[in-house]
Amino acid sequence: MTDPVLSVRDLRIRFRSGGRETQVVHGVDFDIRGGETLALVGESGSGKSVTSFALMRLLPEAPRCTIEGSVSMGGVNLLELSERRMAQVRGPRIAMIFQEPLTSLNPVHRVGDQIAEAIRFHRKMSKADIRARVIELLTLVGIPDPARRMHAYPGEMSGGMRQRVVIAMALALEPDLLIADEPTTALDVTVQAQILELLRQIQRATNMAMLFITHDFGVVAEIAERVMVMYAGRIVEQGSLADVLSNPRMPYTRGLLASVPRFEDAGLKTGPLGTIEGFVPSPDNLPAGCSFHPRCPHARPGICDGALPELAAHGAGAHLVRCARSDEPAFGAEPAEVS
Amino acid sequence: MSTLIETIDLKQHYPIRQGLLGRPSATVRAVDGINLRIQRGEVLGLVGESGSGKSTFGRTLMMMEQPTSGSVLYNGVELAGRSHTALHPYRRRMQMVFQDPFSSLNPRMTVEDSLTMPLRFHQPALSARQRRDEAAETLERVGLPRSMISRYPHEFSGGQRQRIGIARALMVKPEFIVADEPVSALDVSVQAQVLNLFSSIRETLGLTILFVTHDLAVVGHIADRVAVMYLGQVMEIAPTRALFTSPRHPYTETLLSAAPQPAVGARRQRIAMKGEPPSPLAPPSGCVFRTRCAHAQAECAVARPVLRPRGPGHLSACIRDDLSLVPGVAEARPDQARKRMS
Repeated sequence: MTDPVLSVRDLRIRFRSGGRETQVVHGVDFDIRGGETLALVGESGSGKSVTSFALMRLLPEAPRCTIEGSVSMGGVNLLELSERRMAQVRGPRIAMIFQEPLTSLNPVHRVGDQIAEAIRFHRKMSKADIRARVIELLTLVGIPDPARRMHAYPGEMSGGMRQRVVIAMALALEPDLLIADEPTTALDVTVQAQILELLRQIQRATNMAMLFITHDFGVVAEIAERVMVMYAGRIVEQGSLADVLSNPRMPYTRGLLASVPRFEDAGLKTGPLGTIEGFVPSPDNLPAGCSFHPRCPHARPGICDGALPELAAHGAGAHLVRCARSDEPAFGAEPAEVS
Repeated sequence: MSTLIETIDLKQHYPIRQGLLGRPSATVRAVDGINLRIQRGEVLGLVGESGSGKSTFGRTLMMMEQPTSGSVLYNGVELAGRSHTALHPYRRRMQMVFQDPFSSLNPRMTVEDSLTMPLRFHQPALSARQRRDEAAETLERVGLPRSMISRYPHEFSGGQRQRIGIARALMVKPEFIVADEPVSALDVSVQAQVLNLFSSIRETLGLTILFVTHDLAVVGHIADRVAVMYLGQVMEIAPTRALFTSPRHPYTETLLSAAPQPAVGARRQRIAMKGEPPSPLAPPSGCVFRTRCAHAQAECAVARPVLRPRGPGHLSACIRDDLSLVPGVAEARPDQARKRMS
């Protein structure tokens, strides 16, 4: 197998505010290989966005924020780079796109100029070559009439077109890894479908790796080969798309999947949706043992509230589950509690 | 079933002015001639993408703005054109739940103040004590403890705030609720709780609900019937199952095919839309969807298609009868679907 494009080991993130320190990410490990899409799924407060920001080194500096562990690309730990060297990594090595394209676009500059700026910062190219590259990129992301549209301002474009421009900008330097943080959440479904298709096409053509952050399992099924589920700052389940969606072993993953209305049940009045009782714990006050146990319908005293379960292999493959009970033969045969 | 609300050729047009006092130079036809009946006790889902006019339709039904033309009949009584005072008795019977519970609750008011405010207006005879009891009872009805009544909105999570938003709507014991994207800002597990709450209050209180959303899976779960809007017009309306299993309008087909589904191997045949969305200032002639429709013909540009019956309770505004459209869901296998929940 090829070497991973990105290797994250024991990533830990703490924030300090008002003399109090709060750890929000507790030792996250994962690899992404070229051409692969890894989805990072979680609800608000799970730590998924903080994790992605840490990879790009977009979090505040110490002492407000401490990042430990390693984020390796090509043998270099990005966490140890100077800000100046990190600026050379953003763009050519890792690029990032966000939920709201307007956060990445300057409303008072023409979109073509903004893409050109990204190229000019990193590459010595003639004006004419940059212009040709901008048109090529806008064509790649499916913007009609690019030679004209490159002169438009962001406000003159629809949300879907703006997200295409942001993708063009992210791809301008042919990054090895694209981090996409909820890039389609603010878009209409038909536009979302187009953007997901576009990302898949680009990935096939460039062998780029992609870390796709989302809360939407429907989008995960559309785009990812592998999935990680995050809860309270830890990966709680990780595996292939089929492992996680068709055979989830962590009760949190099961709960999330049961709470999504099923398309195929539309109009059948199948009764209440599954829910997860209680709340996401505050990062200041995580429960002992498994962070999910106070909300878990399968929790057992003495098993789940003692030691923190490891993220351990379930079965022979690469399916990892952080649950003390996931290997019990009866586990999973118990009826899922629908409340 | 009897009709609670009916709209007849309802229009909501907004003039676009150049400059501060300029003449109207164009018109946005946000709602452009909608004929719809909402039956007493049903949940009617209204789906559409941004700019379809679905939220404007909801606001106009609530008489939050006077329509440009057309009728809104509530129990057969015309609401359009009524003065503020003349609408007063109806405001109590219709309430609204908004998408963003963060911005629809006053941060400086306790839950009690927010909940009792509508009672002061609609039931001035009640004592402070009675109002407080009503508020506490309603909080319990939406699944929050009575003890939370003296807290402020910032002390609640997003899901709890949406429960408070629902409680506030229920305070005046309405018959009809317009819920405008009420679960779109919530995490999936919280979304499920709030959808379950809608189902239960609808049962116990016999409410009629217009549920406005962009999310087809949500509408498939909650609605009895679904209307699909595009550029200010209703393209199709049908019982929920029929809409998903046998769509009769190409736009519905496109929407269904675009919705991502959380299952392995769910990547399906996608019906691509042509071109770019038309400007709402200059909608296409004839069928407004024809510029993006894979099945458009020359005749589609001629006249605006009317909603025609295409099955039991199933209406579609497409002139073509010869299309076999791709369903979003294969025909019903209720035994299997039910098994999942047991």
